Amino acid sequence: MQNIYLTIVLAPLIGAIVAGLFKVSRRVAHSVTITGVAISCLLSFYAFKHLIIDGGATFNETLYTWMVIGDVRFEVGFLVDNLTVIMMSVVSFVSLMVHVYTIGYMHDDPGYQRFFSYISLFTFSMLMLVMSNNFLQLFFGWEAVGLVSYLLIGFWYTRDTAIYANLKAFLVNRVGDFGFLLGIALVLMYFNSLNYAEVFGLAEEQAETVIQIIPGVDWSLMSVMCILLFIGAMGKSAQVPLHVWLPDSMEGPTPISALIHAATMVTAGIFMVARMSPLFELSETALSFILIIGSITALFMGFLGLVQNDIKRVVAYSTLSQLGYMTVALGASAYSAGIFHLFTHAFFKALLFLGAGSVIIAMHHEQDMRNMGGLRKYMPITYITGLIGSLALIGFPGFAGFYSKDAIIMAVGHAERFGSGFAYFALVLGVFITALYSFRMFFLVFHGKERMDHHTQEHLHETPAVVTVPLMLLAIPSILAGAIFVGPMLYQGLFDGAIFVHHEHNPFHADHYHGVVGFTLHGLMGLPFFLAMAGVATAYFLYMVRTDIPAKIQAKFAWLHQILIDKYGFDRFNEWFFAGGARKLGSTFWSVGDVKIIDDGMVNGSARVVAWYASIMRHLQTGYLYHYAFAMIIGLAVLLGVFVLSGTA
Amino acid sequence: MLVLSDFLILGAVLFCLSIAGIFLNRKNVIILLMCIELMLLSVNMNFIAFSYFNADITGQIFVFFILTVAAAESAIGLAILVVLFRNKNTINVEDIDSMKG
Repeated sequence: MQNIYLTIVLAPLIGAIVAGLFKVSRRVAHSVTITGVAISCLLSFYAFKHLIIDGGATFNETLYTWMVIGDVRFEVGFLVDNLTVIMMSVVSFVSLMVHVYTIGYMHDDPGYQRFFSYISLFTFSMLMLVMSNNFLQLFFGWEAVGLVSYLLIGFWYTRDTAIYANLKAFLVNRVGDFGFLLGIALVLMYFNSLNYAEVFGLAEEQAETVIQIIPGVDWSLMSVMCILLFIGAMGKSAQVPLHVWLPDSMEGPTPISALIHAATMVTAGIFMVARMSPLFELSETALSFILIIGSITALFMGFLGLVQNDIKRVVAYSTLSQLGYMTVALGASAYSAGIFHLFTHAFFKALLFLGAGSVIIAMHHEQDMRNMGGLRKYMPITYITGLIGSLALIGFPGFAGFYSKDAIIMAVGHAERFGSGFAYFALVLGVFITALYSFRMFFLVFHGKERMDHHTQEHLHETPAVVTVPLMLLAIPSILAGAIFVGPMLYQGLFDGAIFVHHEHNPFHADHYHGVVGFTLHGLMGLPFFLAMAGVATAYFLYMVRTDIPAKIQAKFAWLHQILIDKYGFDRFNEWFFAGGARKLGSTFWSVGDVKIIDDGMVNGSARVVAWYASIMRHLQTGYLYHYAFAMIIGLAVLLGVFVLSGTA
Repeated sequence: MLVLSDFLILGAVLFCLSIAGIFLNRKNVIILLMCIELMLLSVNMNFIAFSYFNADITGQIFVFFILTVAAAESAIGLAILVVLFRNKNTINVEDIDSMKG
């Protein structure tokens, strides 16, 4: 199996190198990268079959030792268990769909080859991240994903907004990565190893260890370590307050939005926490922290989706909100539910993004929903797949999102942890909000009056097959993935050995599970289902029946609307406090440190001291011969005196 | 009978005279040169006195050297003086202060 796993990782890398470094034609660029990703996708499915269906053995081996420092080994190795193989399949499948779709979306772009090279590299980075068996390689993948996202968000590098957005993404991720790096450093310090298996094996022994960062204050090692690691996840998985980069990443081309939001980047944090579950399970504090951060993200980012008019931004905020759901699941010790939601979300979010991209292509790169409407009859495939994606997102019974979202809400209801009450409330309300903004978008885009200009309207037609085929292929798992995997993933211990949960924390006990049908029926009677339906109904009423009401609400609650438009002022605060503060600090250092101390004090100062000293000393130089002679005589007398006196002594 | 100290006193008096000449003279550079000559002569006096009283010829040989060098030096000094006068039209010591800081 080792060669297979190696091929899975290296095939996209080779594709990226060929497309990126050699001057190849467009056809070669997309053929080679798609072949690479297709190989890794097919082999991932093979590994999936090998591990999950045939029950093959977990692979955990080191392939290469990079270096040995003392007794710490830096290695490259793979850990492929059920958790990894699901991530691999999702990543490579979504990535393959995005690759195919890109042929259509980037058709006329001059940076065609570069784009394919980047997205293949992105896939490679993410696969390295999920398949790693040690913290170092995880960090490599982590940073590589960050780098490629930077390159991709700024793909249209002549646009100022794109450059601004990619810099923002990079810097915000840097903040998270710093916490992550500190967390890894703590792991190395206390466990003296970077290998997952070794660290997790020793974790229990360190559960009671306390450390003092501020002298005199005892902190639990596990809590500090887990919170630091989670700060890394907050950056990558865009949790409040490090979420600000994600909406701006919409500046990149739509395929990479789909890739970032669905499979390759934002899921890294969720995956990492699930992978580290043996550590996180030991810290009640860290889990509460995760729970609260996640629920804030889930609820408040959902609200923002209500006021956005850019079709991609609505989807972006829904990603933020859904990431909040996953994080809450992690915080409630329902790691498997978090991964399950990640898994289903990857399909329907990629579907929604690619659908949005399809609409954007048809609308000639118009993204404002106020200028759309009535697209249903022009774009039937996009319409149906969009409907499937939206239903999956709001958790309509039977669709993928329903199972995962219901499982999370159930798990949070079950959790007895500080913050779980608030989290439960946030998630349940979030269901209503999700349904409202999803169907607001859906109705604004596909139904209602046709508000586009005449020229665009004439040219409206369904997008080509390279766009619609990925949509259809993604629609299938968006419907089915939930029902098929709800049992194995949550109740039948698919993740046993990969994810560790204390028995009393585990909300999913096999004896509570009565099959998919039972789960679905149970969900049909639950509050979330009714809230979702209420959300759809509200959206229908507001945007189809009484289209005048939204404007009135907006006028009446102008202050609230303004807060939402301002995104709670996070951007402004960051701009003012961090960016402005850093600039002010920089200019202080410049004006005081550089100009005053170094330039004025040290450089000019030393020159001034010499000049001042010389101005005093020059008075000794009178220019008169007799003064010099006098000085000589005095010198002679003094030397003679010293000579004579020391001679006698 | 003359003793060594008489000669040394004479040498010291000559030396002091020449120093005084250098310091007190504010007028003429030629006087400065003369004072320097006098200073060398006072040193010669000491050499000869010691040579005689110690019955050692070396001191007198040294005097010949000093005299030669002194002659050469005053020749050079006077030559410089001539050039200086051509340039500055003065040999007044007070006026020669272009090295003033």
